[in-house]
Amino acid sequence: MNPFCYRRAESVEAAAAFLGEAEEASLLAGGQTLLPTMKQGLAAPDMLVDLAGISALKKIRIEPDAIIVGAMCTHAQVAGAEAVRRHVPGLAALAGEIGDAQVRNRGTLGGSIANNDPAADYPAACVGLGATVLTDRREIGADAFFLGLFETALEEGEIITGVRFPLQRRSAYLKFRNPASRFAIVGVFVAGVPGSVRVAITGAGRDGVFRWSAAEEALNERFHPEALERLVLPLDDMLYDIHASGEYRAHLAKVLAGDAVAEISGGA
Amino acid sequence: MTCVTMRINGEAVTEDIEDRTLLVDFLRVRRRLTGTHVGCDTSQCGACVVHVDGEAIKSCAMLAVQCEGREVTTIEGLAEGENLHAMQKAFHECHALQCGFCTPGMILSALDMVRRHGAALDEATIRHELEGNICRCTGYENIVKAIRQGAQEISA
Ligand SMILES: Cc1cc2nc3c(=O)[nH]c(=O)nc-3n(C[C@H](O)[C@H](O)[C@H](O)COP(=O)(O)OP(=O)(O)OC[C@H]3O[C@@H](n4cnc5c(N)ncnc54)[C@H](O)[C@@H]3O)c2cc1C
Ligand code: FES
Ligand code: FES
Repeated sequence: MNPFCYRRAESVEAAAAFLGEAEEASLLAGGQTLLPTMKQGLAAPDMLVDLAGISALKKIRIEPDAIIVGAMCTHAQVAGAEAVRRHVPGLAALAGEIGDAQVRNRGTLGGSIANNDPAADYPAACVGLGATVLTDRREIGADAFFLGLFETALEEGEIITGVRFPLQRRSAYLKFRNPASRFAIVGVFVAGVPGSVRVAITGAGRDGVFRWSAAEEALNERFHPEALERLVLPLDDMLYDIHASGEYRAHLAKVLAGDAVAEISGGA
Repeated sequence: MTCVTMRINGEAVTEDIEDRTLLVDFLRVRRRLTGTHVGCDTSQCGACVVHVDGEAIKSCAMLAVQCEGREVTTIEGLAEGENLHAMQKAFHECHALQCGFCTPGMILSALDMVRRHGAALDEATIRHELEGNICRCTGYENIVKAIRQGAQEISA
């Protein structure tokens, strides 16, 4: 790893101030993406600003119609939180399927969505639930936050403080994982009642997470796996790589979406 | 350099550490605790698993300076003198190792499972939760058996 200097921030304001002090400072959350990337020489920040000392970012707060998960909440914390399991079961299930137990003990919500890996899980929950990303500067709707491969709407030095997820008992996430990396070959998040169904797909799209609007329309008409049968995802938009072809991913997305609908309907 | 104070296997340690030092390198090179291993470059194998504040983590994906004020437990910290920890004993009795390279990480991950699931830890859960630990020798069967036996003894 290239040399860098390490700073531990005690508040979001202090973290922002540290970021301004170096040429190429980077925030450090769980380090489960950043440190392996730095070890491979694919990133070489000259300063790391650790957010782990900011306790305000580690809380899960419940509001009348939403649940706010702090940016520094670990995947294990979200998966195990009673409030998340009860009010947004799809979100708890998703967090519990990320990586392995050790990665879940360190990796965080904020780090995952800031990174926006095209095969990451959390982007599917944010888009599938119509969540709002909270930063030290503003609020950004999930549909406007994820812009493409590893691209987000975050500006230089902007810090994610949390995500506001609407309460949604009718939510499910199903993932077909790469058995080596655990990342999604395809992951499908389905949420909502007929009239306001959202379907978000990760792992399959060339530009990262996306909403499958044809499936949303079909499920708004009839919330049943059969409603998806005739649909075909546009193959030009699919990811092709050594793990799976575009056709395979498109088919898998439909199958998983149907299974998620069945799970929500209680028929799984 | 950052001056860091942490507890390692119960002992308070204060040292100046270069910021980029990984926890695993600090433990192995500076503290000579070579029971924690490095088996990969991609944070996938689990040979480096230790506990930080009681939770299993991969010490190849954490900086030593991130351990300020924390409690680190390595495989060397489990036995009491000549008496092996119940989970170590279970691995021994069940013949849950061949070369032993993965074993320290396996045992520390197993203890994290017991912490979270207690006596209810069943075979399916063990298999699922071993995802972060790779063994190239045993085929896992005896590791799974050992973790069940260890969990039952610890929770008894
Ligand atoms: C073996 C392994 C398996 C994995 N499997 C999966 C998987 O199945 N699914 C999956 O989705 N992920 C997986 N991951 C990635 C994991 O979920 C990471 O934890 C996550 O992608 C990044 O979170 P982090 O907290 O570790 O962030 P870090 O690595 O610390 O940071 C990642 C990036 O986000 C930035 N950042 C961090 N916090 C903030 C913030 N609050 N505001 C703005 N920017 C911020 C950092 O500067 C950095 O650029 C895996 C990782 C490993 C090592
Ligand atoms: S050395 Fe392989 S996971 Fe840490
Ligand atoms: S015993 Fe050799 S790697 Fe597990």
